[in-house]
Amino acid sequence: MIGPETVLAALTLHLEHVLVVGAGLFSIGLYLALSKRNAIGILMGVELMLNAVNVTLLAFARFVESPRPLDGQVFATFVITIAAAEAAVALALAVAIYRHRETVNIDEIDVLRW
Amino acid sequence: VIEDNAIVIAFWSLSATTIICALMVATVRNLVHSVLFLALTFVGVAGIYIVLSADFVAVVQVLIYAGAVGVLMTFAIMLTPGADRLNASTAFQAPALVLGVMVFVLITWVAYDTEWRISDRGAFTTTAASLGEAFLRPYIVPFEVASVLLATAMIGAIVLSREEHDDRA
Repeated sequence: MIGPETVLAALTLHLEHVLVVGAGLFSIGLYLALSKRNAIGILMGVELMLNAVNVTLLAFARFVESPRPLDGQVFATFVITIAAAEAAVALALAVAIYRHRETVNIDEIDVLRW
Repeated sequence: VIEDNAIVIAFWSLSATTIICALMVATVRNLVHSVLFLALTFVGVAGIYIVLSADFVAVVQVLIYAGAVGVLMTFAIMLTPGADRLNASTAFQAPALVLGVMVFVLITWVAYDTEWRISDRGAFTTTAASLGEAFLRPYIVPFEVASVLLATAMIGAIVLSREEHDDRA
């Protein structure tokens, strides 16, 4: 008979589980970035994708054999830094475009279209 | 492999919260609500970092993502008052959905198909001190480049979003 003790004893966390959660976050971010109409919505998708990549990096740092296991965390910190810089520039771009065109909808910003 | 029950349960509840909040970002009607759910997602991801024994990165995540990026996005929405607040999709919604599902299936398949070289090193004890050591010794050049990049991005953001005054008079 399976009691709660057996279920609790079977609870383990493998690298693959974390990778699947990261993949889920990445897919949602990809969907947001490709489908949203508002430029700020697209940026949210990009940030979600960067977060998903960080989750996988930290999972590899925690679980996988390596001579320098902390390098994954160093890399994740760099990713966060670059993401912050990217967010600042992209949001400034959105505000600048809004000032000229009164919209941030990407399907209305089509001056390069011929 | 983590076998501590509390950590495993914490991981799955945090993951469920994070994924649900991320789905809410994609589905809620109002863009402001979307940003708030995004901030919740960032906090959930910080929790996952703690489960993976990355305490320093988790604190950085809360400070920069949940704090700075969240506020920045709220600002961007507030500074574009005439734009519509609808969290609407373009005509690419269906292809994007298909592509997202395909990417998810692909990564999951690769994750389970690969023979990972799993170590039994266990959790990191403290990471902040060793991370500081790593930043200032082997990674000193990327560290400096990142600081130059941050300064450039800051100046660029100020220049781009500044009100244009007519100085010619």
